[in-house]
Amino acid sequence: MEENPEQRADIEMSVPPVVGPGYTYASVTQKISSIVLTRRTPMAWFIGLGVSGMLVVVLLVSIGVLFTQGVGIWGINIPIAWGFAIVNFVWWIGIGHAGTLISAILLLLNQKWRTSINRFAEAMTLFAVMCAGMFPLLHLGRPQFFYWLFPYPNTYGVQPQFRSPLVWDVFAVSTYFTVSALFWFTGLIPDLATLRDRAPGRISRVIYGILAMGWRGSARHWQRYEMAYLLLAGLATPLVVSVHTVVSFDFTVAIVPGWHTTIFPPYFVAGAIYSGFAMVLVLAIPLRKFYGLEDFVTMRHIRNMAKIMLATGLIVAYGYMMETFMAWYSGDQYEINQFLARMTGPYRVLYWSLILCNVLIPQILWIKKFRRSVAAVFVISLVVLVGMWLERLVIVVISLHRDFLSSSWGMYRPTFWDWSTFIGTIGLFLFLMFLFVRFLPMISIAEMRALLTEEAEA
Amino acid sequence: MKRNRPPVYALLAEFEDPHALIAAARRVRDEGYTRIDAYSPFPVEGLTDALGFRKTRVPLIVLIGGLIGCAVGYSMQYWIAGVYFPINIGGRPLNSWPSFIPITFELTVLFSAVFAVFGMLALNGLPTPYHPLFNVPRFALASRDRFFLAIMATDKKFKMEETKEFMQRLGAREVSNVDY
Repeated sequence: MEENPEQRADIEMSVPPVVGPGYTYASVTQKISSIVLTRRTPMAWFIGLGVSGMLVVVLLVSIGVLFTQGVGIWGINIPIAWGFAIVNFVWWIGIGHAGTLISAILLLLNQKWRTSINRFAEAMTLFAVMCAGMFPLLHLGRPQFFYWLFPYPNTYGVQPQFRSPLVWDVFAVSTYFTVSALFWFTGLIPDLATLRDRAPGRISRVIYGILAMGWRGSARHWQRYEMAYLLLAGLATPLVVSVHTVVSFDFTVAIVPGWHTTIFPPYFVAGAIYSGFAMVLVLAIPLRKFYGLEDFVTMRHIRNMAKIMLATGLIVAYGYMMETFMAWYSGDQYEINQFLARMTGPYRVLYWSLILCNVLIPQILWIKKFRRSVAAVFVISLVVLVGMWLERLVIVVISLHRDFLSSSWGMYRPTFWDWSTFIGTIGLFLFLMFLFVRFLPMISIAEMRALLTEEAEA
Repeated sequence: MKRNRPPVYALLAEFEDPHALIAAARRVRDEGYTRIDAYSPFPVEGLTDALGFRKTRVPLIVLIGGLIGCAVGYSMQYWIAGVYFPINIGGRPLNSWPSFIPITFELTVLFSAVFAVFGMLALNGLPTPYHPLFNVPRFALASRDRFFLAIMATDKKFKMEETKEFMQRLGAREVSNVDY
C-alpha cells in the first residue's frame, strides 16, 4: 500500500518513538553502562541510599522487637487476626506482578516498548517479592520456625496440610521469587559481559567477569539463550496469574463474608497489575529525569503504562461493583451487613477513600492532556498505590471486624510497630533499588541494540 | 599437550554491521567451512540460519524439567497427604486431587524454569573461566558494537595462509589470529 509521506510524518508525530533518534549501538552502550561504570555517583544517590538505609534499620529494629516480644506488639486481635502484615504482603506482591507482566507477557505479545523498562521492572518485582515474603513469616507467631511450612523429613513426623491455600501460598511465592530471579539474571548475562569488557578498574572487571560467566555473544549461545528466555517468558506468564490467584484463595476459601467470593482471583490479578504499573511509573519517572534517560524511556512508555493503568483500574472498579452486587443478590444477611458496614461502619472513611483513589481519580487519565503530563501521571500513580493499599486494608480488616456474632465484633488499630514494619519495608525496597541502579545496568543494553536494528529496518 | 595442535585457536574477522556479518557467514559456509561461529553484541536475526546451526535442545530440556516437576509435585503431595501423614477430615478422600493442583502447577513451572536456565548455561558451556577469544584485544567490542566471525583451526579445510587470505576477501575490517 502506498503511503503519502506527509501522512506518515503525521503518524510519526502523534506517536512518540520507543527510542530517541540518532542512537548507535556504541552510544546506547555508552549511555547506559556509563551510569554504572564511569559517571560520577551523584550526591542525591548517597542521600537516597542513606535515608532508605535508615529505614532499613527501622525495619530491623521492628523485626528484632517482634522476635523478642511476639506479634502482640501489633494491633491484631481476635477477630481481626490479620492486620497490616497480610495487607502489606498482598500489596507488595501485587506490585511485583507488573514487572513480570512487562518482561514476560509484553515479550510474548511482541511489544517493542517493553525493552527499555523491563530490566528495572523486573528488579522491582524481585525487591517487592522480598518485602512481601517477609510479612507472612513475621506473622507466624514464631517466625524462627518458618521452615516448618515446607515438607521436609523431621523427627516430629508432622507434614504440611496440602489442602490449605496457605501452604499453596508458600509454594507459589517461593516459586515466583525463584523464577523472577532466574529470569532477571538470565536477562542480565549479556549486559554483565558488556560491563566486564568496559569496566575501567580491575576489581569491577573481575566482579562483572565472574557474574558474566565468560559470555562472549556466540551465535550458538544466543540461539539457546533466546530460546530459554522465550520459554521463561512463557512460563512466567501463567505463573504470575497463578500466584495472585493463590493469594486470593487465602481469602476466598475461608467462609468469612466479604472474602468468600468467586470474583476474587481475576480481580486480585487485575488489582496487582494496576498497582504494579503505578509503582513502575513512580520509579521510572524520577529515574529517567535524574539519569537523563528521556530518550530511552520516552513519552510513549509513560502513555502506554498510563493506559494500562486506566484499563486495569476499570477491571478493579468492575470487581468492586460485582462484589457489592453479589452481596445484595445473594440475599445472605451476613454478606449484606458486611457491605453496609464497609460503606457506613466505623471504617467508612477508608472505604470511600479507596473508591476515590482507585476508581474516581484515575479516570482523569481518559483526558489526553493529563496522560501526556509526566507530573499528572506521577501523582495519579501515587494515588493508585495508596488506593490499592487501602483496598487490601478494606478486604482484610473490615471483613474481619464484624464477626457472625455481634458479641465477637472488634476494632483494629495499627500500633507504632505496625507502621514501622511497613515503612521499614518501603525503605528496604528503595534501598535495594538504589543499589541496583548504581551497580547494574537499569536498562537492558543488549535488547536496546536489537531494538535499534529493528527500528532501523522498520 | 597434543603434538599436532594447530598454531592458533581460530581466525577472527571483524565486521561493522550485522548484514555484513550474515553475508560473510553465508560465504564462509558456501566455501565448505563447518567449524565456524559468530559473535555479536545482540542476537542477529537470520545469523543462525546463515551459519547452518541446527535447532537447539533447550525446549526438550524444559519439557523434561516440566514433566519431572509435575510428577514430583503431585506424587509428593499424594504420598505425604495420603500415606505418610494421613489426616481424616470429615471422611473426605485422602487423595483430594483438586487441592493438589496448585502446588503441582507451581512445581512444574519451577522445575521448567530451573531446567531452562541451567540447561541453557550447560549447553553453552558457561561458566567458562578461560577462553582464547579474549586474547584478541578488539574482541572486547563484541559486547558493544562490532560483529565477529571465527573459523576454528580444527576445521578440516583450515589452512593458516589460505584461510586468512579468504577471510580478508570477505570485506572484514580486520582479520586477527586467536592465540591459545
